[in-house]
Amino acid sequence: MSAPEASSAAVPTLTTNNTLRNAFGGVLSFFILLLIGVLAFSIRLFSVIKYESVIHEFDPYFNYRVTQFLTKNGIYEFWNWFDDRTWYPLGRVIGGTVYPGLTLTAGTIWWLLNSLNIPLSVETVCVFTAPIFSAFASWATYLLTKEVKGAGAGLTAAVLLAMVPSYISRSVAGSYDNEAVAIFALIFTFYLYIKTLNTGSLFYATLNSIAYFYMVCSWGGYTFIINLIPMHVLLCIVTGRYSSRLYIAYAPLVVLGTLLAALVPVVGFNAVMTSEHFASFLVFIIIHVVALVYYIKGILSPKMFKVAVTLVVSVGLAVCCAVIAVLIALVASSPTKGWSGRSLSLLDPTYASKYIPIIASVSEHQPPTWPSYFMDINVLAFLVPAGIIACFLPLSDASSFVVLYIVTSVYFSGVMVRLMLVLAPAACITSGIALSQAFDVFTRSIKFQLPGVSSKTEVDAGETSSATKEAQNDAVKTEKAEETSKDRPSRKSKKKEREHVEKPSTKTKAEKKRLLALPLEASVISLLLLVFLGAFYVVHCVWAAAEAYSAPSIVLTSHSHDGLHVFDDFREAYAWLRHNTDVDDKVASWWDYGYQTTAMANRTVIVDNNTWNNTHIATVGTAMSSPEKAAWEIFHSLDVKYVLVVFGGLVGYPSDDINKFLWMVRIGGGVFPHIKEPDYLRDGQYRIDSQATPTMLNCLMYKLSYYRFVETDGKGFDRVRRTEIGKKYFKLTHFEEVFTTHHWMVRIYKLKPQKNRIRGKTKKSKSKTSSKSSGTRKKNPWL
Amino acid sequence: MKNLSFLFIFGISFFPLLCFSFDPETPTDRRVLVLLDDFSLKSSHSIFFNSLKSRGFDLDFKLADDPTLSLRRYGQYLYDALILFSPSTERFGGSLDLAAVLDFVDSGHDLIVAVDASASDLIKNIATECGVDFDEDSSAMVIDHKSYAISGTEGDHTLIASDDFIQSDVILGKTKIKAPVIFKGIAHSVNAANNLVLKVLSASPSAYSANPKSELSSPPLLTGSAISLVSVVQARNNARIMIAGSLDLFSNRLLRTAVQKAGSPDKYEKSGNEQFVTEISKWVFHERGHLKAVNLKHNKVGETDEPAIYRIKDDLKFSVKIYEWSGKSWETYVADDVQVQFYMMSPYVLKTLSTDGKGLYHASFKVPDVYGVFQFKVDYLRLGYTSLSLSKQIPVRPFRHNEYERFITTAFPYYGASFTTMAGFFIFSILYLYNK
Repeated sequence: MSAPEASSAAVPTLTTNNTLRNAFGGVLSFFILLLIGVLAFSIRLFSVIKYESVIHEFDPYFNYRVTQFLTKNGIYEFWNWFDDRTWYPLGRVIGGTVYPGLTLTAGTIWWLLNSLNIPLSVETVCVFTAPIFSAFASWATYLLTKEVKGAGAGLTAAVLLAMVPSYISRSVAGSYDNEAVAIFALIFTFYLYIKTLNTGSLFYATLNSIAYFYMVCSWGGYTFIINLIPMHVLLCIVTGRYSSRLYIAYAPLVVLGTLLAALVPVVGFNAVMTSEHFASFLVFIIIHVVALVYYIKGILSPKMFKVAVTLVVSVGLAVCCAVIAVLIALVASSPTKGWSGRSLSLLDPTYASKYIPIIASVSEHQPPTWPSYFMDINVLAFLVPAGIIACFLPLSDASSFVVLYIVTSVYFSGVMVRLMLVLAPAACITSGIALSQAFDVFTRSIKFQLPGVSSKTEVDAGETSSATKEAQNDAVKTEKAEETSKDRPSRKSKKKEREHVEKPSTKTKAEKKRLLALPLEASVISLLLLVFLGAFYVVHCVWAAAEAYSAPSIVLTSHSHDGLHVFDDFREAYAWLRHNTDVDDKVASWWDYGYQTTAMANRTVIVDNNTWNNTHIATVGTAMSSPEKAAWEIFHSLDVKYVLVVFGGLVGYPSDDINKFLWMVRIGGGVFPHIKEPDYLRDGQYRIDSQATPTMLNCLMYKLSYYRFVETDGKGFDRVRRTEIGKKYFKLTHFEEVFTTHHWMVRIYKLKPQKNRIRGKTKKSKSKTSSKSSGTRKKNPWL
Repeated sequence: MKNLSFLFIFGISFFPLLCFSFDPETPTDRRVLVLLDDFSLKSSHSIFFNSLKSRGFDLDFKLADDPTLSLRRYGQYLYDALILFSPSTERFGGSLDLAAVLDFVDSGHDLIVAVDASASDLIKNIATECGVDFDEDSSAMVIDHKSYAISGTEGDHTLIASDDFIQSDVILGKTKIKAPVIFKGIAHSVNAANNLVLKVLSASPSAYSANPKSELSSPPLLTGSAISLVSVVQARNNARIMIAGSLDLFSNRLLRTAVQKAGSPDKYEKSGNEQFVTEISKWVFHERGHLKAVNLKHNKVGETDEPAIYRIKDDLKFSVKIYEWSGKSWETYVADDVQVQFYMMSPYVLKTLSTDGKGLYHASFKVPDVYGVFQFKVDYLRLGYTSLSLSKQIPVRPFRHNEYERFITTAFPYYGASFTTMAGFFIFSILYLYNK
């Protein structure tokens, strides 16, 4: 709950003083927020400074390409865009399968700037969208936390969020991905929900639906909102916190939000058809039943009410059972139980690895390791429990929401490392609450102990004297928080008072003061320690932003004793493709490189990072795991002209195709059973040395990766696998090497055309003829 | 300046001609290199050579071991075709070798190979590379004790009279070859799975391949109709190759001789050899059976421009022109079995094109209700003709957002329901709020 607004009215003599302090506090927090925004923006610029202003990684390239299309062709063309340069020959309906929020946002920013005669390129806008929205996200965090625990906690949470490494990892300049704007949308939606919950205003409820709409536009993670809010509503109802404010906060969101969500082409009827949204409708029904019950309770006498309850409960139970039975039957009749694979793997973390290798193969869908928690949220991991406790002192609607948010997001982050991103804001909010509460306790104790400032403390105490117990507990926060929170609308104060009446104070001011007062030394030392903790966090965040999360992954660097090495092989390869191949040529590669190939090389690809068609990916996986001839036939049937493989064995780049190869085998084998994983493993071990299985040594991926590799050092030592390769000297019969980048990281092969002639039988009497003509005979591979 | 630009345009327009083996506009070969073991063949096979000369070919006779032999100079081929009448050559002279001959073929040039019992490994290897396997036994010849040609020396059954021709007007001409072809030479076989090679002249079921001078110690490897006497190959790039097991087949002696097949009462004044070699050389040198497809066009019905993309369920028109080379000019090609595929991983539409008799083939059909990147494909593979395989990529998109039906008749109850609910709610709200 927020600040003790009622106090200012109760002590009229202090009004002038308070107004001044409020104004000062308001201006101060405004500037603090401004600085937080600057911090959030600038901490994400390391990638631009250390590398260059460039789009990062894989998905951002697709988003960039889509944004280019949008700015060039307009929104209607974007909506109806059928892309024939990807998923050849199936194509992809981009307009209907993409979350348009990010693209539209960046497109709008670009359009605005251009109409203001600021000629920025689309790429620049895309690169800086994420940092800009991180600033917005920290402000949204401020608003949300302020709604929960006051301005002090809000500012603390905002500053924590501005530099939390988990969020930085997804929003550095150049990381132009959905999450960049989605996290802002997520926090802002939550803020508006809490705001509606606190005020009961339909205006905010409508805004909330619109914010939810923006979230749906931006990210598939919107299902988190539409499940978390119903959970919270249910929690409020169960704990007897039902109020008309809750109804206003929830019912419009479900109705308007669902209608708006259905407008997004990629969601469409999913907004009402899939199980992800089911909880919201169930809770929608429940809240109406509860509302009805409260209404009836109001107009009936208690005795009548009891009769009515038994009647309704017995009838209602029967109806409910019937409805639930029908629903379960409906849901169970669908093979995935109406849940999409990604959501199912959230509920059952082992689901994906068991059934959907394509989901499990993505590294960001793996469960995180413990160190990654300390890497990504650092000291917040320790502060979160304290924050949760602070949320219970006292428990309000808003703080119960925060508790629920942190609990669920901790679970989800444990399932998928990518969802650490959802945890980060929750951790920042709770940690912000914890830190500001702790600071408040310590500073208050110091004030109480120090004789010089005790009079001021008396004033503070006087301010709070008329407040209830809840307000007193709430007063445990920094002075700034108190000041800024004074200028609340009176309507809210009234509501607060009404709530306060329900929980009459039991303790007196003096008792409480004694309770909160800590010894001076302990307070000072604790304060110092907290400052150290904060400093440690800041140092860690800046380090993470500068070193760990700023690499664009298309340009790699490494430091060695003889200086900095830059590996720009990816762009070298894509540039080669762009300049040396025909515009309609098809390039096959593992799907990781699909987006980059279409965006940077402008060539048609077979599969890309939008893994919507498992069979198509399995076809490519099968080709990669097949021997050369079978692979040639598969690729030829897909009109593939070039095959691109990423190989790190020469420079020790670990995320290359050989390391991803088992996933190709698994995904391929999932659809084409003649590819069997054990064939590629020696005693369950994946190896490429002389102990490797013949299937492994003869598969296309091995050959394309290690073709001519032995010529580099004479031994064929793979620096990723740290072993000598098993088969060193071999020739390619159906493929020819056309390009290998400087560090051998990308190798491009061309499919040889079908042989012009078909040879007769192989020479049976080699001994007879070889002596004469073997020198002149060209080896004919085609038989 | 004007002159220069003219030259430039001239050069540009002829550039493709320099790149390709034969001029796409006049596919018939002109310059032919004939390699001989010795120049006496020039006179002993003069009828065949003269028939080529009379058809306008420019024959260049050289000895197979001529040290100045070269097929190409400065990256350009000097000849359009090669006739290897040098069966016993172990090594070519000059820069010519097996690889050079095969490269010559792979760049679209034609080849005639004739061997006899003295065939060298080099020549045999050329044949093998083209998909024809000569008998391994170097002393073996084709022997047939039933359908031999009756000649002066009784008991010599290596002079074979065969009339087992391939049934193809394109390869052997429209006039039926009545008299049997006399053959004296070695046998070869072709792989049945090899769809590029055709047996033009096969041996009779009673033939076999063995050394005629010694007794058979073991059953012969090649027997019966598995033996091919003359085969042709049309490579994937439409280069044509003829491989004959007998050099004598082309000789004046056998071209002029009277023939009577053993066991047959028919006696012919002249063997079928002359007609056979003339007709088949016409085919090999692209005077016949060479097709070209041009003007592949498609458009929506009612429009003339070619769209960059189709929508599902569009009606479209497809047309292509196909011509046949007659040796002098492009004639219209008329057939009723040309088909077009609308193809995406598998043909969604397969339609026979109708023709107007003037070389224009056309069809109209509806784009299937599937979006993706399709191809118009014409794969026309007919015996003796050059293979036509055209494909043109065209994407097919789904409906735009405003191309769907605006109002669906079956949904009228739902429209009604929603509007009555809205009206009802409005009235209810007014009544509830303002009616006390």
